[in-house]
Amino acid sequence: MKKSQIILFVLAFLIWSFLSWPPDYQHLIVGIFVCGFVSFMTGDMFTKRPYRLKQPGRYLWFFYYVPVFIWECIKANIDVAYRVLHPDLPINPGIVKVKTTLKSESALTFLANSITLTPGTMSVDIDEENGFLYVHWIDVKSKDIQRATEIIVKNFEDILRRIFE
Amino acid sequence: MNETIGMFFIVIGLVFDFFGCLGLIRLPDVYNRLQAATKCVTMGTCGILFGLFLFKGFSAAGIKAILCILFLILTAPVSAHALARGAHKSGVKLWKKSVCDKYEEDKK
Repeated sequence: MKKSQIILFVLAFLIWSFLSWPPDYQHLIVGIFVCGFVSFMTGDMFTKRPYRLKQPGRYLWFFYYVPVFIWECIKANIDVAYRVLHPDLPINPGIVKVKTTLKSESALTFLANSITLTPGTMSVDIDEENGFLYVHWIDVKSKDIQRATEIIVKNFEDILRRIFE
Repeated sequence: MNETIGMFFIVIGLVFDFFGCLGLIRLPDVYNRLQAATKCVTMGTCGILFGLFLFKGFSAAGIKAILCILFLILTAPVSAHALARGAHKSGVKLWKKSVCDKYEEDKK
């Protein structure tokens, strides 16, 4: 068994036992077999660098990231509600290009998801080789790559680099 | 007490779901509509599910509600991203008053 497979097994078994709450020995036995099979088949793909899961600093940064993310999410909702309810429909949309220095796949996924759920922006496509993200912006403040990067990406990039890179 | 707070979350969730649907009708093109739909509907549905969790506590339904919130937050942006990318690739134009389209420029 590789480390990556064991981590996937533990995670899958946790989710299974939450899904079949309250715990019951029949469900748990079936869960052990199913999770074992799944992690045996697909465990190699789950994480490429399992040693990073042992570094506690990453978890602390993750707990810092969650409230920041929720706060941005609430701001995004109020922003959309304001734009939709305003009689003149104050939008100024466009697709801009921003640069990111993150490299690993999980960090990029989280960055794109965070951009989508934060005020006024939605990621459309990603250019992984050059590190560019194409972002649909409902209220374009700057077409310049540098300025747009500062406004959209900077908040999350620093936190996500400390979690995933 | 828990039920009062739960009811509050459910009402907030319903209001934001309503705003999302309103945005789906009022905004002009597919990308703007996706913005409204993803943000408001994700947060609104999470609010409703969290309210349900406060009602039920750590029972079968409550735990499932929390799991649903996690899955929703992970998957809703991914599906919005896939829809927007698919729409752009198959040639759906931006709204005529849009400011810029760097993606179109780079594709050429």
